[in-house]
Amino acid sequence: MLMEMKPAAVTDRAEELKREFPILARRIGEKRLVYLDNAATSQKPEAVLRAMDDYYRLHNANVHRGVHTLSEEATALYEQARVRIARFLHAPSEKQIVFTRGTTESINLVANSWGRANLKPGDEVLITEMEHHSNIVPWQILRDQIGFTLRYIPLSLDGLLDVSDLDSLINERTKLVSFIHVSNVLGTVNPAAELIAAAHAVGAKVLLDGAQSVPHMPVDVQALDVDFLAFSGHKMCGPTGSGALYAKRELLEAMPPWMGGGDMIREVKMSASKWNAVPYKFEAGTPSIAEAVGLGAAAEYLSALGMDWVNAHERALVAYTYERLGQVEGLRILGPEPEQRSGLISFTVDEIHPHDLAAILDQAGVAVRAGHHCAQPIHDRFGIPASARASLYFYNTTEDIDQLVSGLERAVQIFAW
Amino acid sequence: MRVTEQRPPAERSWQLMDDLYREAILDHYRHPRRKGHIEDADIHYYDTNPFCGDEITIELKVEDGKVVDAAFDGQGCAISQATASMLMEEILGKDIEEVKTWDKEFILDMLGIEIGPVRLKCALLPLKALKAGVWGLEEWPE
Repeated sequence: MLMEMKPAAVTDRAEELKREFPILARRIGEKRLVYLDNAATSQKPEAVLRAMDDYYRLHNANVHRGVHTLSEEATALYEQARVRIARFLHAPSEKQIVFTRGTTESINLVANSWGRANLKPGDEVLITEMEHHSNIVPWQILRDQIGFTLRYIPLSLDGLLDVSDLDSLINERTKLVSFIHVSNVLGTVNPAAELIAAAHAVGAKVLLDGAQSVPHMPVDVQALDVDFLAFSGHKMCGPTGSGALYAKRELLEAMPPWMGGGDMIREVKMSASKWNAVPYKFEAGTPSIAEAVGLGAAAEYLSALGMDWVNAHERALVAYTYERLGQVEGLRILGPEPEQRSGLISFTVDEIHPHDLAAILDQAGVAVRAGHHCAQPIHDRFGIPASARASLYFYNTTEDIDQLVSGLERAVQIFAW
Repeated sequence: MRVTEQRPPAERSWQLMDDLYREAILDHYRHPRRKGHIEDADIHYYDTNPFCGDEITIELKVEDGKVVDAAFDGQGCAISQATASMLMEEILGKDIEEVKTWDKEFILDMLGIEIGPVRLKCALLPLKALKAGVWGLEEWPE
């Protein structure tokens, strides 16, 4: 059974790809580094590091301003990154890609621009009990200022959204449905197409938090017919401080700016100003140019790998991980069966606090996350204060998982009663 | 915290881990001393580490400036809970003015281990709650 689940070809390619990530050659003490904290941030390949390095060494200048050669090159690289990201997401136009610092800023952009212009008392915003704090708190802040109602799709104990009451949760008062595509704690892949269709049926807009989906599976914004998609660059081989918001063109056109400054204006007079066209209307100030270039390189890198392959590799490996973790004494997995999840698994081990687990695993060279993963409501729902999380990427192998399991067995030994 | 130029020494391995989780600490974690509550406590303080969710409540009974009863309650990792348990044993009979002087070094001596910057927060949470309690602070000054 286990042998069958170790598809050699999958592991071989991952082993080869590891060599394109300089950091993965590191050792922790004398142990080989096994990086399983990819849901927090992924590692970066040579292609991305080189793109950013070349940018600073050869082309660095401010964008959309100067007429000198460097400024033209920098602008061309920055805009090329936008085109690459649009292509990666199958967006109709690069004008629908707004650069941000990541998922959190993208969600805050929607809340502060679209939300302020469109939400009023009596309206409902629907999120879920499965959200990351970044898709809860911006709506709570806005609710307290505007006075709309914030509602939650409940989470069932099998780690799936409980949509049994969806007909009343999505109603004529619902103006926005905002939900996490893939749970950063449970790994659950939510039924995005169904939820988007249900929201559109009552005229509500949909914001999809793609932080854990865009890096790991093919995401086609047109096929999904999603209104807004927020995601981060640093979880998909790109640099920290990079990310974007995709939105439908007519929404972006109608939305007011949320930050004022240079680059977002067409004309500034003492009395009033006129805004620049989309997407520049939402990009006040000098942007993170090198980061955008790095993110563009990451999108190209992932496209070349093939997102179908990335997804298939992770699904095969998560099934193997699920099976192997099941053999560890006292280990409980949070969330659904492997068929309904993406490449991450959160778990607890009886009588061992997740922080102690993570500390012992670190000594085994294995990097995992321990804590509430910025999702306290999920942990409250399961009645636990925290969990440990192993999150995979395409460069992880069955050997990595075996090292994780032997570290866990060591932890169980140390803590044996 | 660790810079790449300074590779950690090879021996930073199971040996240290076995140290961090040395028998005394595991023993206090498994069999916490003075865990529970005191009726009519004179000092009561609750604190958490929001980053990991560890929780500690410290309760003390003080007579003539001396700690005559002590209890803790809470949940968290082995380091935070064992430290609280050890601290409760240590504090009994001590002068409250002396307790006010306890610091990081005192805790590290008591634990008898070396501890990295991240886990230090776990070890210091019980001290933080204890000192805020004995100094009568509403909340810890950041």
